[in-house]
Amino acid sequence: MSRVIWILILLLIILHQDNWFWADPHLVFGFMPVGLFYHACLSVAAAIVWWLAIRYAWPGDLDSGEPERLEVSRQKRTAGLSETHPSTPSGDMA
Amino acid sequence: MTQLWIIGGYLALLLLLGLFASRLFRGTTEDYMLASHSIGPFLLLMSLFGTTMTAFALVGSTGQAFKSGIGVYGMLASSSGIIHSLCFFVLGIRLWSLGRKHGYTTQIQFFRDRLESDRLGLLLFPILVGLVIPYLLIGVMASGSVINGVTQGRMVDGEVVDPTFPEGTFPAFLEQGTRGFAVDGSKGGVPRQLASLVICGVVLIYVFIGGMRGTAWANAFQTIVFMVLGVVAFIVIAGKLGGQDSFLANLQAIAQHVPREKLTRVGISKLQFATYLLVPLSVGMFPHLFQHWLTARSANSFKLPVVLHPVFIMIVWVPCVLIGVWATSDLIQLPPPVRANPNIVLPFMVKRLAGPVLSGLLSAGILAAIMSSLDSQFLCLGTLFTEDMVVHYGGKDRFTDRQVVLMARSFIVAIVALTYFFSLFDPRGVFTLGVWCFSGFASLFPLVFAAVYWKRLTKVGSYASVLAAIGTWCYLFYQSNFAAQESFTVHFDLGGSTYHVMPVLAMFVNALVALVVVSLITRPPSDETLQKFFPDPSAPS
Repeated sequence: MSRVIWILILLLIILHQDNWFWADPHLVFGFMPVGLFYHACLSVAAAIVWWLAIRYAWPGDLDSGEPERLEVSRQKRTAGLSETHPSTPSGDMA
Repeated sequence: MTQLWIIGGYLALLLLLGLFASRLFRGTTEDYMLASHSIGPFLLLMSLFGTTMTAFALVGSTGQAFKSGIGVYGMLASSSGIIHSLCFFVLGIRLWSLGRKHGYTTQIQFFRDRLESDRLGLLLFPILVGLVIPYLLIGVMASGSVINGVTQGRMVDGEVVDPTFPEGTFPAFLEQGTRGFAVDGSKGGVPRQLASLVICGVVLIYVFIGGMRGTAWANAFQTIVFMVLGVVAFIVIAGKLGGQDSFLANLQAIAQHVPREKLTRVGISKLQFATYLLVPLSVGMFPHLFQHWLTARSANSFKLPVVLHPVFIMIVWVPCVLIGVWATSDLIQLPPPVRANPNIVLPFMVKRLAGPVLSGLLSAGILAAIMSSLDSQFLCLGTLFTEDMVVHYGGKDRFTDRQVVLMARSFIVAIVALTYFFSLFDPRGVFTLGVWCFSGFASLFPLVFAAVYWKRLTKVGSYASVLAAIGTWCYLFYQSNFAAQESFTVHFDLGGSTYHVMPVLAMFVNALVALVVVSLITRPPSDETLQKFFPDPSAPS
């Protein structure tokens, strides 16, 4: 299913490059330029594809997100700025 | 004057909201910068959307549609609906997870750790701050233009009629303009430079007192305000321009008067349109968005923003683009100063076609969109400075809390002052400046994507990529005469034909090639780092 979702996302990107309404001044419903209408529909289609993505391709290997360094993150600061800073890597040769 | 009172009331309301958020402040670092990772799906949706929709989306899209027609929607709105959500999905969730696990607050902390390089932070810090400045500049310029636009008097035969403020209220150089500096006069309204200053002050105050929680709340509130008022503006302007009995009849009547070329994309090169698709990748590297991602309560909080972001973009952009093309119709006459400055097309339409009360409310809505981005950017600058420079190099025990706070706020004020100074000069098009800023961030996308997904990315490869990206950006920005050449493209000849592409393509390709080639020929990261960022799922924990 995940592969289908990625194909759909690729399809959205391809459909975004529409040549077919490039110079067409036709008005949908009598007021909406067809080129604009098409891309507005593409926005709705994107939302549908992303709904499918979170439903069927949501990453299952996500970490729970529990911090390893609670002792640092819970230090209090009265005025609200950080003491948290991950360790400086050693041996930087750049 | 009514408009000004309403705008003033709205700004006061924002300050109150910041004050209220500050009462819930828990006194911890995480709470100030990341709202204690407490932001749920709805607030995350509103704050992410509010942050990405800036002056660029309202003022810039209307102005660009006025100039070049409906193509602007495809260039940046529908593409953003696909690409922004893609970035939230493939990067946002992963970076949130890594940030929670390893205690990151800024992107630089992540890159330093992932690429085993402390000095990479020294390279990235000025680049990220430097690229945020044009983004800030968009908001600062546009906010001043909006307030000035809705408070200006009418121009009749070169004379200002019905000014909000009589001549002599403000210093002459602000009212009349000065060549090269504060160029455009105030025309009886609040001078643009003064209005920008007030907006900067208000946003600074509520960010300082409310922190990330205040910023998230203000973003959500302002996003609702500008979405609702945007739709109201659209209906009101349609009613006034169309003059028919029903909403649909109004829309149909106006469309008949729009020049044919504005209803199509005939003025836009197809290759240029295609390469615009790279510009929204900037979202993957915005430092303020990284900080917003880390505020999420859980990975599931991302689901709502991923799905609804494209629809929200559509709700905001379609009316703005239509208003922009309507401004080209013969139903309304735009005075020459408005025609020459697309940044004020939207405020002009609002002022001309809505009554004073509605015009004031709609202006507040436009300012809401602008300020909902400025606040995150201000907060992020302070966080970058304190986390990645002051505390990182100074050590956590070297300075008192008060000193660190003072340094952070001084840095923010210094950057805002620098941005404000730039805004005093001949204003650039909001849209053009925005595209340059986003292109710079988009060219750093290969770095963040590879850092999350490619084990073989090396420290030297990352340096090469950043230098290639920013070197190309600087060269092309200079070639465009610092964005003064609005239609600047990179062109190349192939098979006897000349092709024009957006500068972002050159930046992106250079950065990507440098990253891949240099990484493949240099020493890979240590096993310890690889195990930390790419743990074997089958290994016992």
